[in-house]
Parts: sequence; structure tokens; C-alpha cells
Amino acid sequence: MKKMLSGNEAIARGAYEAGVSFASAYPGTPSTEVLETIAKEYPLIHAEWTPNEKVALEVAAGASYAGARTIAVMKHVGVNVAADPLMTLPYTLIRGGLVLVSADDPELFSSQNEQDNRHYARFAKIPMLEPSSSQEAKDFMIEAIRISEKYETPVMLRTTTRISHSMGVVDLGGAAEQKEPTIERHPAQWVMLPANARRRHPVIEERIRSLRAYSNTSSLNSMEMADTSIGIISSGVAYQYAREVFPEASFLKLGMPYPLPDETIRDFAAKVDELWVVEELDGFIEEQVKAMGIACHGKDRLPLCGELNPDIIRNAITGNAPESIKEHVLPGRPPSMCPGCPHRSLLWALKRSKCFIAGDIGCYTLGFLPPLDAIDTCLCMGAGINHAHGMSKVFGAGKEKIAAVIGDSTFFHSGITGLANLAYNNGAAVIVILDNRTTAMTGSQNHPGTGITIRGEQTTHLDLEQLVRALGITWVRTIDPYDVKNTRKEIREALEYKGPAVIISKAPCVLLKSRAVSGRKLYVDPDICTGCKVCIGLGCPAIEFKDEKASINDMCVGCGVCSDLCGVNAIGGEK
Amino acid sequence: MNVLMTGVGGQGIILASDMLSEVMMRYGCDVKKSEIHGMAQRGGSVMSHVRYSEKVASPLIPFGSCDILLSFEELETARYVAYLKENAHVIINSYRLSPPSVISGSQSYPDIIPIIRERTEKIHMVDGNAVAEEIGNPRCVNVILLGTLSTFLEPEEALWLDCIDSMFKEKIRSVNIEGFKKGRLVKVQ
Ligand SMILES: Cc1ncc(C[n+]2csc(CCOP(=O)(O)OP(=O)(O)O)c2C)c(N)n1
Repeated sequence: MKKMLSGNEAIARGAYEAGVSFASAYPGTPSTEVLETIAKEYPLIHAEWTPNEKVALEVAAGASYAGARTIAVMKHVGVNVAADPLMTLPYTLIRGGLVLVSADDPELFSSQNEQDNRHYARFAKIPMLEPSSSQEAKDFMIEAIRISEKYETPVMLRTTTRISHSMGVVDLGGAAEQKEPTIERHPAQWVMLPANARRRHPVIEERIRSLRAYSNTSSLNSMEMADTSIGIISSGVAYQYAREVFPEASFLKLGMPYPLPDETIRDFAAKVDELWVVEELDGFIEEQVKAMGIACHGKDRLPLCGELNPDIIRNAITGNAPESIKEHVLPGRPPSMCPGCPHRSLLWALKRSKCFIAGDIGCYTLGFLPPLDAIDTCLCMGAGINHAHGMSKVFGAGKEKIAAVIGDSTFFHSGITGLANLAYNNGAAVIVILDNRTTAMTGSQNHPGTGITIRGEQTTHLDLEQLVRALGITWVRTIDPYDVKNTRKEIREALEYKGPAVIISKAPCVLLKSRAVSGRKLYVDPDICTGCKVCIGLGCPAIEFKDEKASINDMCVGCGVCSDLCGVNAIGGEK
Repeated sequence: MNVLMTGVGGQGIILASDMLSEVMMRYGCDVKKSEIHGMAQRGGSVMSHVRYSEKVASPLIPFGSCDILLSFEELETARYVAYLKENAHVIINSYRLSPPSVISGSQSYPDIIPIIRERTEKIHMVDGNAVAEEIGNPRCVNVILLGTLSTFLEPEEALWLDCIDSMFKEKIRSVNIEGFKKGRLVKVQ
């Protein structure tokens, strides 16, 4: 049977067909739908959201040690968080197949950087497969499990946004049996003390040698010979783009870019007149080809930054200038916080208290845009609390007003340790936890604070206020951010307090189905409105400014914040 | 064949392009489609590329090779004219959603028709939101526009209806079918 599947849905299908029985992930675009699909479509696979990617990889490793086939799924920067276990995991004996799915984001559609995670495969010395279509995403997932069990190694399946989020026709197959878990003990291979790890390192080196031999013979890497005046080595979606614009050229398509098939590459290079390596982001393949003493083109003409597309590749190889199209300057349409979003009023109030606002990653990061202009840093998940603490320490208590904002999911991901540090080292920054009961930015996933699992089952929920107190913070207030007056008062008191202060801003995300929104639209009385633009300062997409007056469009959900702010009571309707 | 759908996050573009892809697959084509999920969906500009033929390589439409552009919002049509083939068909939902700079009054909403005319004269305006109001469901704009788009494509109505039937839950199936049929009846010049 054939079905249209996205790359992520195809990976989930591949996991099912490969007999995977355990899957873990922390959400992150463009990887999120892999675990969501597993949870929705394949009830035989245990699926769990973990608080962060390190946990996701480690629980998968535990399941694999018990003999189960497993996958751990994350976005590219998630692998940084999981890098500690990843670097030593290959030293250990993998029993049930273990696949790490890394979804990279060239062009930074939804990310803070565009790192090229292929380097991780080489760094950790594990094989990596890279699909170039949905069909391959499924097939390679199955092959990755096979390689993992045969070579007793974790395997990385690397996708990019254009593979994960593109759809294509996929042939569905049946499912392999899942493996029964059993307890075994392998202390020499599982207890990574120096003496054991020292003995395991040569095993890894030998394994990579065998995998290179496999790479040379595997059909994952295939030569497609045609016109030999130009030969293109490529992988992933870049291969499809290059195929589109050079249908006559010869190709060496790499489905397994690490370890590289050295002999196949030599063979291919000898058959073509001009050799090109076409790859997105870094010259990962190109540098290794050049190190083999083979001359080729690649990053001398192709960009290191951003995603490729057929036009960029055509122009780079033919040397033609891009077609010039008359540029029109159009008003931009950046993403923005939703009408009624509880982050908006909190950030507005915080900004009014004139403090430096260390930010973090989530929907609230969008508060950096004008007119809110209320986020001063964003580095990586969990960094905001630490920025604020470091900064306020160098000034000394009471000298500068410094705050940090962090979402609830981000707090559970990597904010807890930072807050423990703040308390332990007697910091004075004000930390605001934006508790909207979900992981909104990535599409509303549950997390330990919501008390609901990925499959919708009730479970224990982590009590934020108790947790914060347990970390040693005594000044803790839970507030309703829609109550702007009280919010401003609490922020003022927190900033005046001479020690660590935490505000929990508690109001569910407006996109949550369970949330009761008044839904009643507010309106502006044009006879009363003075055109002072205070409400415009909220940056709410539902408030427009026309003919020197504010007006409210039909996106309004009736949160009432603008009517609270209005000094002349021009905004009416019920809260 | 290359079809581009553009608009604003939350307008149902991804579902519409899913339906087009499903129909073309059932029609016997190789199909690929590509779009961006995630952050852009928070009210940002969205586009979805749908390509079908005997064999499709790239999931992205190269510049200058889009046959039909279906746009859910006026300004978002103009943003993507570089993809248009000369004389491509452009179907535009006559609906304006002001971006932030227009909302705050610092920029005005541009006149988009001259920009599109530089590439093609084949511009078809459809008032999808008015049709949706007629049938009493504002969320149906996407199937209405899909209905209009379908009159430009080969597959017969029955195949489209089959797909809509299988893609919607019972509760909203009939209103979506009604929307699609109404969209097919929109007169385009
Ligand atoms: C290491 C890492 N993993 C995942 C992501 C993707 N990501 C961005 S923000 C975010 C969480 C947002 O949730 P929350 O902090 O609750 O804020 P909200 O969006 O709900 O306001 C995630 C998972 C990331 N940027 N970095």
C-alpha cells in the first residue's frame, strides 16, 4: 500500500516496521512529529516525552541494554544537550538496536543556530545514515536498526527540515517482531570506568573500520552513471535538488555519509572529468574527499550558510548569475504571539519596570520584536536564568534591575539547575517562570508539569511552586498575568527584594483546547479613544491603528488586558 | 506540475496542500510537497510547495517554474512572485490580514496587483471568506479555495470528494464537502 508521508511520519513508520518497542524524545522543530506519530499510530511502541534530550537518549540506552529496539529523537541542538551520553555510549555494548534521530535546521526556520550535526557522527565515531526522501526515511530507519544490532553501536539517522517536513509517496511494509527484554550483565562493557573504557576504545576504532568496508559495498551508497563530464557526490535533500537541475549528470549518492565509502569515491572520481560535492551547510564530505587527495569543487562555489535549493546549485555549477527579479519592498510578516497570549501582558509589565530581561527559548522569545521589545538575550534553553544571575552578581545586589523569563517546559528542560545555582550562590536576580501549562512553541506538547503523558493518560504533575521552594528560594509568588496592576506590583516588590525572587506567571496558553477563553470580542469606542497608542504598545495582532484611533479586529479573544491599560476607558466588552 | 500555496499561519494551508497531494497520488502521480512548520505558524508568512508528475526529485519548486499559485491572503501573493512561470495562473483569496507594521500604522498595505502583473495577467480573484460566511463556517475557506483550484486541474470532482470524505471527521465532513462544491462553482475569468 502507498501513502503520502512526511519524512518524520516515515521515520515513525520505519520504527514500527523495524520492531522498535521504545521511543523517547524532547520536542523540537523539525523533529517533533516523529514521536507524535508513534504515539498516535503505533500503540505497540512505548512513547514518552522526556524533560530534555539527555534524558531521552539515556532512557533509550537503558531500554537497549535490556534488549529492546529503541529510538531517541531530537532537533540538532538537542544533540548538544545529549552529547555527554552520546560520546560514551558507543564505548558500551548496544543490545537492542538504538537509533538517534537528529533533525537539523539549515536556514534556521525555527532554531537558534544552524549547526551541522553530521560532525557528531564523526566525533562520536558512530555510523550515520541520511535519507533524501520520505521513502528513504522509512527504509533507512529500518536499516539503521539492523546496522545498530549487527555492529553493536548506536546509529545516527540525520534529517533536515526539508526531509522531515516534506511529504512523498511511501510504500508501506509489515512490522518485524519486537524483541523480548531480558536482563543480562556486561560490566566490562557497561561500566565505563577508565580500565574498562580504555579497553573499549580500540573496539570503536575497529568497528569504524568494518563499517567503512560496509559503506563501500552497501547499496545505501550508489553510483548513477550517465554523462561523465560532470560527476556530483551528494546526499540528503541536496541530492534531489542537484538531480532536478542536472538530470544528465553522473551521481554518487551517499545514503551513508559516515563512515564515507572511500573506495567507491575514488572509483567514481576516476570516472568523471569534473567532480563536485554538493552538500548543505559545512563541507563535511568535501573535506574528507580532499583529504583523500582528490580534487573537487564544492564550498568554493556553494554557500556554507542557509539551505540550498535547485537554483543555488544550478548557478554555482554553471557559473551563471541568478535571474534578476525586480525586488519589491513588502511589509514583513514575522511570527508573533497570539492575541490573548498570557506572555504578552507579563512582558509588557516587566518592560515597564525598566529592567534588563534575560530571555530564553519559547513563544515568549517573540517578545523581542517591537513594540514589546522586551527580551534582551536568547542563547540556548535554560541560559536565561544563568545570564541574569551572572550579570547581577558582577554588579552586586541592589545595583541594577535584572530579571530573567523562562517558559515552564524550558524550566523543566534545563532551568532547574540554574535556579539551584542562583539560590546556592545567593543571587539577586528576579526569575519569572511563564507557566502556560504546555510546550507552546513546538505545537503544545505535554511535559512533567501538565500531569498528562503523550498518549493523554493522567500522571503525577510536578508542582512548580513546591519545586522552586525546594531549591532554596523563599520569595515565591504565583500571579495571574492578565491582572496587569497586580503583576506590576509583584514585579516591583520582587525587584526590591534583596535576594533571589521567583514569580510564577500562571495562565494557560490560549491555543490549548482545554482553556476557557471568553471569546467575547472587545471593541474600541472611537468617540472616547484619544489615539494615545498605549494599547498598540502591547503588539497584539487584534489591535489595529487606523485613522488616528485604535480599533479591534476579529482576532480578539477578549483577554481584557488592553481595556485594563486604557487610561480613558475607551475599550469595552466583558472580560 | 508545480502548485504553490501561500498565506498566513493558521489559515489551513497545510491541510489544503495535504488534500491536493493526496488527490494527485490517488490520480497516479509521484507527488512531493514541502512546507515549514513550527515557529512560522504563529501568524507568520507560510508557503507550501506541491509538485507532481511521473517522477519528482526536488520537493522545492525552482524559481520561475510555478504553474499555479493559490494564495489565501493578498499580500502573501506578492511575496512569492519570483516562483511564477511567465503566464502562470494566480488565484487570490480577496482577503487582507494586516501585518504588524500595517497594524501599528507605520506602513500601508501595498497594492499587489501591479506586482503580479509583472509576471502574469492570469489573475483570478475569489472571495473565499464571503462564500464561507454564506455556508456559515469561517473555517472552510481552505476547502472553498481548493474547490476553485480543482477546476484548473485534471482529476475529476469525484476523486476530490472521495479524498475529502476520507480526510475529515464525520462532524465536519458535510460542511467541508459543501464548501468544496461551492468553491468549484466560483466563476473565474
Ligand atoms: C535543546 C533544545 N531542544 C529543543 C528546542 C526546541 N524548543 C524551542 S522552545 C521550546 C520549549 C518552549 O516551551 P516553553 O518553555 O514552555 O515556552 P512556550 O513556548 O510554551 O511559551 C522547545 C522545545 C530547542 N530550541 N533547544
